[in-house]
Amino acid sequence: MATASLTPVSDLSKDEILRYSRHLIMPEVGMDGQLKLKNAKVLCIGAGGLGSPLLLYLAAAGVGRLGIVDFDVVDFTNLQRQVIHGTADVGRSKLESARATIREINPNVEVVGHDARLTSENALELFRDFDIIVDGTDNFPTRYLVNDACVLLGKPNVYGSIFRFEGQASIFYARQGPCYRCLYPEPPPPGLVPSCAEGGVLGVLPGIVGCLQAMETIKLIIGQGQTLIGRLLVFDALGMKFRELKLRKNPDCPVCGAHPTITGLIDYEQFCGIRGEEHTPVMTGVPEIGPREVKKMIDEKQPFVLIDVREPHEFQICRIPGSTLIPLGEIPKRMHELDSASEIVVHCRSGQRSARAVEFLMKAGFQKIHNLKGGILAWSDQVDPSVPKY
Amino acid sequence: MAVKIMIPTPLRQYVGKKDQVEVEAKTVAEALSRLASEYTELRRHLYNQEGKLRSFVNVYLGDEDIRFLQREQTPLNENDVISIVPSIAGGTPAPQYERLRANRKWQQHL
Repeated sequence: MATASLTPVSDLSKDEILRYSRHLIMPEVGMDGQLKLKNAKVLCIGAGGLGSPLLLYLAAAGVGRLGIVDFDVVDFTNLQRQVIHGTADVGRSKLESARATIREINPNVEVVGHDARLTSENALELFRDFDIIVDGTDNFPTRYLVNDACVLLGKPNVYGSIFRFEGQASIFYARQGPCYRCLYPEPPPPGLVPSCAEGGVLGVLPGIVGCLQAMETIKLIIGQGQTLIGRLLVFDALGMKFRELKLRKNPDCPVCGAHPTITGLIDYEQFCGIRGEEHTPVMTGVPEIGPREVKKMIDEKQPFVLIDVREPHEFQICRIPGSTLIPLGEIPKRMHELDSASEIVVHCRSGQRSARAVEFLMKAGFQKIHNLKGGILAWSDQVDPSVPKY
Repeated sequence: MAVKIMIPTPLRQYVGKKDQVEVEAKTVAEALSRLASEYTELRRHLYNQEGKLRSFVNVYLGDEDIRFLQREQTPLNENDVISIVPSIAGGTPAPQYERLRANRKWQQHL
């Protein structure tokens, strides 16, 4: 155990004894456990949906040093789940916002902030000073990076992951069990997970999973109970079911196996199939039209059809008056509803999906067709600010 | 053998929102193949173009990973429970990743 060698540097003050009294009277924690917490150094990657509850509880529990890696800024869409940040923090760095909240909860906690993106260049250096790393990230490249860095340094990685109503938690600690690559040797190629239109997350879910990570972190520190090393907890929030699956160490694991082929950090975006595609132009030669021009066409009563290719639940959030909803996935089977002789303008939220629709329809023979540049977001900015953005 | 296949929430949209599907099968391979024939939209999420089970979709029989049993040839007993456990990364995808997902998704529609 990474923290087992630590010896308490100081006793608890009278104020601390009062603050942690509900821990101190539990034999499983007691003075020894509370001092272990005080001497523990935990690094949280990301102060977002998972990191919020994690940091709040670890701070309240009296973890002595909390490291945070986050380069992001708080925005309004974060507030539905990232409960360490408040409305007044919008526009502020997540790091500063989290630091202020932690100070309010427990001024005894030392916060070490890294206002940077976690990369293969800085990960080993950042992780070195901490006992436990908690993965609160939201993408595959960073998850593989966190895993490999933890394996290389011999540190436990407290894992939590969510998607819509699905949650997963485990501890990947290669010295005692399997690592993330033993579970998932490869990431899914971008695209095989549902698109942005179907994304989203119920705010409570990262709260639950982040709290599971906090619990496992504390158990690692105080050395009590059975941790999730070697087990994957799978949570179905819709059915409200927790299930447990066995994780086994893969003897051929490229990073923690007997003969590792990964002995240093690699390019994780490339590994996850992201870089390279980035430079491939996805919309070549799709004719575009600006929101103001479309407004002019409406005002001048020019005949044209406005097609909205978003999903029905997005259509309920906001719409451009006069538009017809045909979700992107239904375009191929419903294109007969469109008249190729009419002027057609296609839009979505930001212009990406509609560009695909225009490209497809052009190949199908539609010529008088344009993509609304910037989608309904640009419409809200340039034509009608009363249209809400999401 | 009648066995149950537990469907994770991200894939339920392809199986009529069910959380489990019952099939008759003698092996894990047969059970998954029956599932994919019944719900054709699910197929591309489970198998790659060569018809092999995707490496980021883990399959469990009970609480054991089939990679540590006899993989897809693992025999089934009556009332066995198979779980599909896909790799998930997080809540809000990074914008760049989201865009790629949207594009790929579209390509798959065609």
